[in-house]
Amino acid sequence: MPLITWRGADGTEIGAQVVPGTNLMKAAVAAGVPGIHGDCGGALACATCHVVAPGDWADRLGRPGVMEDEMLDMVEGERTPTSRLSCQIIAEDDLDGLVLAVPEAAR
Amino acid sequence: MSGGHASGRVVIVGAGQAAASCIAALREADATRPIVLIGEEMSLPYQRPPLSKSCLTEGAAADGLLIRPASWYDGVDLRLGCRVEEISRRDGRVVLGTGERLAYDQLLLCTGSRARRLAGEAGGDLDGVHSLRSLADAARLQGELLPGRRMLVVGGGYIGLEVAAAARSRGLSVLLVEAGPRVLGRVACAATAEHFRNLHSARGVEIRESTSLHRLTGTDRVRRAILSDGSEHEVDVVVVGIGGLANDGLAARAGLETANGIVVDAHCRTGDPDVLAAGDCASFPLDGRHVRLESVQNACDQGEIAAATLSGKPRAYAPVPWFWSDQYETKLQIVGIGEGHDSIVVRPGKRDGAKSIWYFRGDDLLAVDAINDPASYMVGRRLLTAGLRPDRRDVANVAFPLASILPPRG
Ligand SMILES: Cc1cc2nc3c(=O)[nH]c(=O)nc-3n(C[C@H](O)[C@H](O)[C@H](O)COP(=O)(O)OP(=O)(O)OC[C@H]3O[C@@H](n4cnc5c(N)ncnc54)[C@H](O)[C@@H]3O)c2cc1C
Ligand code: FES
Repeated sequence: MPLITWRGADGTEIGAQVVPGTNLMKAAVAAGVPGIHGDCGGALACATCHVVAPGDWADRLGRPGVMEDEMLDMVEGERTPTSRLSCQIIAEDDLDGLVLAVPEAAR
Repeated sequence: MSGGHASGRVVIVGAGQAAASCIAALREADATRPIVLIGEEMSLPYQRPPLSKSCLTEGAAADGLLIRPASWYDGVDLRLGCRVEEISRRDGRVVLGTGERLAYDQLLLCTGSRARRLAGEAGGDLDGVHSLRSLADAARLQGELLPGRRMLVVGGGYIGLEVAAAARSRGLSVLLVEAGPRVLGRVACAATAEHFRNLHSARGVEIRESTSLHRLTGTDRVRRAILSDGSEHEVDVVVVGIGGLANDGLAARAGLETANGIVVDAHCRTGDPDVLAAGDCASFPLDGRHVRLESVQNACDQGEIAAATLSGKPRAYAPVPWFWSDQYETKLQIVGIGEGHDSIVVRPGKRDGAKSIWYFRGDDLLAVDAINDPASYMVGRRLLTAGLRPDRRDVANVAFPLASILPPRG
């Protein structure tokens, strides 16, 4: 199971082993990561699951889909080149060691 | 009792979306706050939106719908499968179905809403007639979605339309009747309604507007439907989606004010400082009137507002409501409340099949319905949040970047 870590705006880190196939919003909500609400349950309606991946992970994570991409353009906290809506990222073994930054809460 | 016990025992009635959101925020404010969560259903709080969407088309394990896993509730005194029958405000207690009396310092009512049912005389009690509110309802209905069956959907609101879409993709034939002059009549403008009417017609749903169900007949199980236009139809399954009613009886019996929901102020407080309400069951002030919303946004945000009040740091609730609906491959995203609009502007989308409908009253933007157009949804959401009034001509002009009128971020 890949180990995923979320780093809050204040620097605190929460890590969790995530079952492959789970989306990373669900994993964050289960681990109680502050700032990740996932209100819409992954329906691409809330954008309360915004995370920023490290630059060198962009390839492994893949590109956001068209709908996700349009949502990201207008997220509350500034979009970065490696911003993602984490409900659209599915945990796989090769994401082991990923550290995601959680921008200032967007709700 | 003064309502100022920012460390006292909170009892929450109703284990749904609002309750889960409130618990998360209460714990962020004070990790040691004693919390009791009482829910009539056997399940921990779960998401209802998939019940009329993926649960019907793909089926869904109950676990996958949980808002938080069981481990997250460690430290919360959980009473599931347990109904609160009475509130005794005089001595600060709730009375459970088992007769047990539980003391509260502060009480939060998150009892949600229930489906309006078809009367027994109209055939509402026949087998094969469904409404859709809970996981148990969805499981029952899913088992009935067999290819070739004939479904009647009563009511052209979001739930009715979503069920119709799911049934079509499972190979049923679908007739949908709507008593009002058009589908989505209470929640969307004519342009949005027309889009969804056409979508469903193209997928083979027969929609009859200005037509109501007169009666269902059958011996045990429903067999025929008689409509107000006099026509009769053989049916195998009926889904009734004619709106929701607030679960406010418990509050009313306890002498709290109710009027289409439990009446609260902008801090989720009822007339009793120790009793709050949030989510589908609550009627709250918005722009000079009282409204009741049945949406995830409202349940989540009011849950947090209630937590702030309970933690002694009240914040006023001033939402920009949002909502969504998935039908076939179409995603509708809504922000704001279009009720009371006097004009609409259609903004073509950048991609094929994308467009948005903008609701105005005078020069004020009220709401945006975005169809396969998240970019417009998000920009509309930010404009409404910032209280900005885009020019109608700019909205109609797809080449005009609406984001350019937003203030710089910071
Ligand atoms: C089929 C369906 C599809 C939906 N789709 C969408 C959508 O796409 N987008 C969207 O934004 N919203 C949608 N909604 C609405 C959304 O799910 C609700 O607004 C939300 O769940 C409300 O949360 P709540 O906490 O107020 O109530 P609920 O989540 O309904 O929880 C209330 C709970 O209280 C319990 N309860 C009631 N009385 C008592 C009592 N006396 N004692 C103990 N327990 C009690 C109930 O059993 C229930 O479990 C949908 C709803 C349904 C039913
Ligand atoms: S959880 Fe709502 S957009 Fe990701």
